[in-house]
Amino acid sequence: MSVKLNTRQVGDVSVVDVAGRITLGEGSSALRDALRDMVAKNHKKILLNLSDVSYIDSSGIGELVSGFTSVTNSGGQLKLLGLTKRVKDLLQITKLYTVFDVHEEESSAIRSF
Amino acid sequence: MSNQSRHEAETVERLLDSTLESVDHAEEICTGLAQRAGFEEDDLIKIGMAVRESMVNAVVHGNRYNANKKVHFSVSKNAQGLTVRIADEGEGFEVDSLPDPLAEENLFRSSGRGIFLIRSFMDEFQIRRLEPGGMEVTLVKHMVSK
Repeated sequence: MSVKLNTRQVGDVSVVDVAGRITLGEGSSALRDALRDMVAKNHKKILLNLSDVSYIDSSGIGELVSGFTSVTNSGGQLKLLGLTKRVKDLLQITKLYTVFDVHEEESSAIRSF
Repeated sequence: MSNQSRHEAETVERLLDSTLESVDHAEEICTGLAQRAGFEEDDLIKIGMAVRESMVNAVVHGNRYNANKKVHFSVSKNAQGLTVRIADEGEGFEVDSLPDPLAEENLFRSSGRGIFLIRSFMDEFQIRRLEPGGMEVTLVKHMVSK
């Protein structure tokens, strides 16, 4: 399986449930398209739920960074939810962990916007 | 798996097309061999990721998806560990010219973390220019005696 994305609305927060592998090709482009689409539709509060992401490569990390920059530049906020240990380790060794606002519980993540 | 089969030397060599399918294929071959060598889950992930990043570099940045260019791939296991070699037929590049992905000014770049991750996940990493063209990387993961 590559990646599956499902977007749902919780109040004024758009939650994107991501499942599978975010790697160069289908996985990273699906995430890029989804975030571009949300920015184009003026979504300002975006929560990426990565709890079912089994694997992410440098291209996937690049998409997270690009998405964060793009949403921030449009006046919005992009936050992360439910990092697996692997994804958390990757963000830590690339020094990106502190760049993102990362949450473990969806309810507190929603409240934090 | 018996210790004997774990320590048995085994080599797989492939001449791969410059496609993303080849990236998946190389990763599968390496993690399969690494598993037979006795590496544990955490190391299998690291090896797979390092191979994936190296293959992406060869296919995307080296050969630029050129159907006429191939990726030369080999992986060997023995009692000491796993050695992977990946060579492209591209124009090559200067490793020293790559920006540091951990530098403050580069943190928000959308690319440039591949070689950093490979170095982080493997015990040894070498890269050299080939004649008449291309780059070859060698990745080594040592087997820790249990």
